Amino acid sequence: MLKSLRSQLTTLWTILSHTFTRAETVQYPEQKPYLAPRYRGRIVLTRDPDGDERCVACNLCAVACPVDCIALQQDVREDGRWYPEFFRINFSRCILCGMCEEACPTNAIQLTPDFEMCEYDRNNMVYEKEHLLIDGPGKYPDYNFYRVSGLAISGKDKGEAQRELPPIDVKSLLP
Amino acid sequence: MSPLATALFGLAVLAGAVGLAAILTWFERRLLGVWQDRYGPNRLGPLGILQVVADMLKLLTKHDWVPPFADRVVFVFAPTAIVVAMLLGFAVVPFGEHLYLLDLNIGLLFFLGMTSLAVYSVLLGGLASNNKYALLGGLRSAAQMVSYEVFMGLSLMGVVMLTGSFSLRDIVLAQQDLWFCIPQVLGLYVFLVAGIAESHRLPFDLPEAEHELTAGFHTEYGGMKFAMFMLGEYLGLILICCMITTVFFGGWLGPWLPGPVWFALKTSLLICFFVLLRAAIPRPRYDQLMSLGWKYMLPLSLFNLVLTGAIALWLRGA
Repeated sequence: MLKSLRSQLTTLWTILSHTFTRAETVQYPEQKPYLAPRYRGRIVLTRDPDGDERCVACNLCAVACPVDCIALQQDVREDGRWYPEFFRINFSRCILCGMCEEACPTNAIQLTPDFEMCEYDRNNMVYEKEHLLIDGPGKYPDYNFYRVSGLAISGKDKGEAQRELPPIDVKSLLP
Repeated sequence: MSPLATALFGLAVLAGAVGLAAILTWFERRLLGVWQDRYGPNRLGPLGILQVVADMLKLLTKHDWVPPFADRVVFVFAPTAIVVAMLLGFAVVPFGEHLYLLDLNIGLLFFLGMTSLAVYSVLLGGLASNNKYALLGGLRSAAQMVSYEVFMGLSLMGVVMLTGSFSLRDIVLAQQDLWFCIPQVLGLYVFLVAGIAESHRLPFDLPEAEHELTAGFHTEYGGMKFAMFMLGEYLGLILICCMITTVFFGGWLGPWLPGPVWFALKTSLLICFFVLLRAAIPRPRYDQLMSLGWKYMLPLSLFNLVLTGAIALWLRGA
């Protein structure tokens, strides 16, 4: 009884001493919290250093997405580059898990430290490609998929990519 | 006082108590914020005081709903009972030497009776809701009342013995030399604990216990009926603090300042202490509450009673 009384008085004193400690609260709209560069927020589609869109519409992000919020349609440009005819992310479903970013082979889809995207109308949460595309290269400023991949597009044949050897004629390779 | 002045003063007490209870809803949250290293409601108006108005508007515009499975008459009656009982309790509180509504010669008993009536409100609310959480809350409230009502009365009897009167005015006047919080320190402790239990405040808010029983006895209540319960609870808190001030801390007595100011000061300090208790002490388990009541508090108050009686007799040279 006395022991518990003492412990309760100690508790009261501890709490009372908090009268003079500062509040930990971050007054949000006026005072922004620090968000790390790798914070997983709003999703963007980036462009390569030359200004072309990076996305090759491989559908890996849509497959990786656990909530199926990504929808896209692949098409081929005249120069042989693949691109998404439409690219749609339903942010009212998106859980900002970052799986799409991990799945993306071309570093096109990236998550940004921005979370202030509230809307009054649910339909406004569906972002189309023109809403998602940004002008810069995002987190990987020098990466250009078509310059390192072996795919032939107009202006770059097989074997002309960076750190790539000319193709070998397998039929001439005799033992 | 003339009848008109009495009526006006009564209205002032009524409005003051209800207004203070409303402001307390904001004040308590701010104070809890201070002790929990956060701000509490600070957006609306200076220091967030208009939060009271916002809450009021919200509660007033809520759907006034009675669940179809509830006992309608009792369900609607229950929240009014607690407010009426608690407000009636304010009738006997002496705010100053000549500032009181009623000087009943059984003022203390009247207060005890009114706070006990308030418990019925919780009980009936829990019963009429026809909901298992509400029923459990009501059940706990009944058990709490049975165990705490006993020594709540007993803890005050020491003071009555020393004063020789049940009138609250006489009790204050008897403290001119020494406040009763010193000779009756055991009584004060027991009454404090019982007072928290009586007003269903944390740490003894077992009938409500939002972590275990959703919202306890007022699970099914909403809108103004819920607000009445809350109002009653805060009125109870103020009433208990007024009583502790009157009985143990010399009521309006104090140097320099006028009596009512002293009364208000002491009462508000006590209210802050009650909020501190809420911020600091966790809720005991149900059986712990009962065993504390019957095994420690009751013997303690009886011991205090016997000791006070012996000393009072010795002082009179019997």
